[in-house]
Amino acid sequence: MITFWFAVVVLAWVLFFVLEGFDFGVGLLGPVLGRDDHERGAAVRTIGPFWDGNEVWLVAAIGVTFAAFPAWYSALLSGLYLPMVVLLLLLAVRGVALEFRGKGDGPSYRRRADIALALSSLGIVLVWGALLATFVRGLALGADGSVTGGGLSRTLGPIWSPAAALGALAALFAALMLGATFLGLRTSGPLRHRARTLARWLGSGGAVALLVIGFGTGSRLALAAAALSLLAGMLARSGREALAFAVTALSVAGAVVAVFTTHGDVVLRSTLDPRWSLTRDAAAATPQALELITWAGVLILPGVIAYQAFSYWVFRRRIASERVPS
Amino acid sequence: MDVLDLTRLQFAVVTIYHYFFVPLSISLAAAAAGLQIAWLRTKRSSYLDLTKFVGKLLIVTFAVGVVTGLVQEFQFGLGWSSFAKFYGDVFGPTLAIEGMLAFFLEATFLALWYFGWDRLPRLVHTATIVIVAIGTVLSAFIILAANSFMQHPVAYALDPVTGRARLTSFTELLLNKVNLAAFPHTLAGAIMVGGALLLALGVWRLAADGTFRVLARLGAWMTLAGGAMTALTGDHLGKVMTEVQPMKMAAAEALYETTKGAPFSIFTLGSPFPDFSLDIPWLLSILAKGDPNATVQGINDLQAQYVSQYGPGSYVPMIPVAFWSFRVMIGAGMLAAAVAAYYLWRTRKHRDAPRWLTRWLPLIPVLPAVANTFGWIFTETARQPWIAFGISKVADGISPGLTSSEVIASLAGFTVVYGILAVVWFRLVRHLARQPLAPPPVTVAETAEPAPVY
Ligand code: HDD
Ligand code: HEM
Ligand code: HEM
Repeated sequence: MITFWFAVVVLAWVLFFVLEGFDFGVGLLGPVLGRDDHERGAAVRTIGPFWDGNEVWLVAAIGVTFAAFPAWYSALLSGLYLPMVVLLLLLAVRGVALEFRGKGDGPSYRRRADIALALSSLGIVLVWGALLATFVRGLALGADGSVTGGGLSRTLGPIWSPAAALGALAALFAALMLGATFLGLRTSGPLRHRARTLARWLGSGGAVALLVIGFGTGSRLALAAAALSLLAGMLARSGREALAFAVTALSVAGAVVAVFTTHGDVVLRSTLDPRWSLTRDAAAATPQALELITWAGVLILPGVIAYQAFSYWVFRRRIASERVPS
Repeated sequence: MDVLDLTRLQFAVVTIYHYFFVPLSISLAAAAAGLQIAWLRTKRSSYLDLTKFVGKLLIVTFAVGVVTGLVQEFQFGLGWSSFAKFYGDVFGPTLAIEGMLAFFLEATFLALWYFGWDRLPRLVHTATIVIVAIGTVLSAFIILAANSFMQHPVAYALDPVTGRARLTSFTELLLNKVNLAAFPHTLAGAIMVGGALLLALGVWRLAADGTFRVLARLGAWMTLAGGAMTALTGDHLGKVMTEVQPMKMAAAEALYETTKGAPFSIFTLGSPFPDFSLDIPWLLSILAKGDPNATVQGINDLQAQYVSQYGPGSYVPMIPVAFWSFRVMIGAGMLAAAVAAYYLWRTRKHRDAPRWLTRWLPLIPVLPAVANTFGWIFTETARQPWIAFGISKVADGISPGLTSSEVIASLAGFTVVYGILAVVWFRLVRHLARQPLAPPPVTVAETAEPAPVY
């Protein structure tokens, strides 16, 4: 039962990072790849109907973590208090910029919304990358399960490390790749071509960087990622847009699974003393609570996935980035 | 202020802010659904125009509700992780189920509705906005169950081994009698705020387009009906509250001595004991127990009783806050309902409202918003010192290790970002309201080509 819920939690995080990952990527790229107001509008339009539904996967991931592993939820959020607050504030700016963009008046208003959208998306991606790296490294958990230290550095400290910086870079690369392949898939006209070219360059450039890292550190994961990155780039070049997107999404999913399962049974490692690490069993809710959310999940989630799929189907047409003569 | 007070302040600020937008989303979704159904049945294009108008207001309001709601979801772990750990079994499933059941529904179907005007068959399209409206009500019901647990813990058992609360029945948690009383009251309050906004915008734009008269009158009816319902449901809520938290009712009335046939004072001067007080005889006994001769317990007796029950300490909440917030809630809300009734009467049978009235009416949404806010301030502060009544104190809930500097930094961040969002939201609503009702059609920027190309 505990393993099952751990799998559900990881699944929710995977869906969040893949789905919201592409809309973070579009948020980042749209304002840059779009040369004028109209093109930028088209880019934003590709995620308009989806971003909120994608973001609810974050609500679900956090909610399910809370329900199934309350101690994990508590340690993670209070232990990373400030980075999490920064993340929430950036998410707030981003959501509002996206939703308000098309409703205000004039190109300068939309320009400001675009800048807010791009910068907040960038910030979010970097912070999430640093956080994921921190999940792997663990926190300075004391014997009582709370992070030791004082002042602002108590919870800002963990994301200020070379590992976190590497995580942030990896996340940026992944989000750009997801965004570029998604834009290639969902638009027509100049935007589509630019996104495709970018995906191609990102794919091979990323592969080279990952190869260097892989051979330098002997990490097989990095080598596998290099291969996938190269593959996605090649697919983008040959116009297989859907496949290019799928390969990118799959590699992001694999990376997220890797983050959550590196320490086996330990969900949050203590960097001070392994005995203070938080294990799945210690973090889990009571069997009654797990049973309740199992029922709820089994009854509700298939419907959610069905109507979300329906919405992707309804809005399946490409958004034109070229001007339609009126 | 110490960490505890700062964290409480932050929770209050962030939650109250969320609750400016939530009631608007609830009532605007219902209004949009109602207008669209009216259009479907009458085929009058003015209803269609108004549906789209309300829809635009809904979508910008909803966005702010969503991003601030996300913060709420994290709040319990950020600042109140001890509470989250001990009541994780009760709270966790509630939040998780709310997310899975209600938020996915709202987010997905609102997008289907907003972007789907020319994509979906008309009936399916109308169904999407109805589903959104149902989703908002569902999420309110479920989250209020979580809050009701804090007011009156039910459906739990304390685990002897871990010392943590264990959920015994989810149905019982949802059907907490406090929730059954608070939910209709909250919904009625939400209808008032949305109604008042429509009334305000309708009156403001009446000169530009006569169709807005329909909107103004719809808003006025919503405000009035919501007002009547808040009074009815509030009366019931008061009785339930007196039963589960007698201290709260005593604090609301600053009633120190246990009194038979207690009066309700509209206004008092002097503290802690009033020098002057304008009273309505027996009203408090009626509000609390439904009987003019009933005995209402006073603060002193209750304090003594709680000390013997729960151990030494103060169990008295901040009396002036409780006393005045209760009155501001009732006063501001009832005033809004009265104004709406007056407007309806003055505009009956195609009459025009007097100039002075139309000049001041655009300010009317402030009243029910104030009533809502103070209702919550009353509910939450007069629960002190408990975080979950009778089982756990606020001081035991805070995250261990949290430092003041962290909370000051986050509070500053929330204040700045939320402040900017509020200004942008307000200006955008004003801008949207200024647009002509039936805008020229825009060219659809989509191609016929489906996306996947393998
Ligand atoms: C427009 C909003 C509005 C209006 C006009 C009223 N209320 Fe209210 N009231 C709320 C909005 C509200 C609220 C914000 O929605 C609260 C906060 C918590 C809750 O459940 O509802 C609330 C709480 C609340 C509580 C506290 C419940 C608790 O602590 O458990 C009581 C006793 C009342 N109300 C009673 C009344 C009465 C007798 C009213 C009028 C005659 C009234 N309210 C008007
Ligand atoms: C949207 C409506 C709500 C508003 C406006 C609101 C308002 C407040 C306020 C003003 C406080 C500060 C109390 C104090 O400092 O003494 C507070 C505290 C708190 N509220 Fe609420 N609340 C709302 C709903 C909820 C819900 C639904 C929950 C639970 C699910 C909740 C949980 C808490 C907690 C944990 C605290 C901190 C402990 C405390 O200081 O009492 N609130 N809230
Ligand atoms: C402190 C407890 C609360 C938490 C944890 C919470 C959580 C959330 C979250 C995560 C969202 C965003 C959903 C999305 O992404 O689509 C949201 C929106 C919403 N919340 Fe809250 N909320 C709280 C208080 C309340 C209260 C007291 C009510 C109603 C009485 C309420 C009603 C709603 C509604 C109707 C929405 C959707 C409409 C909108 O976005 O404005 N919430 N909430």
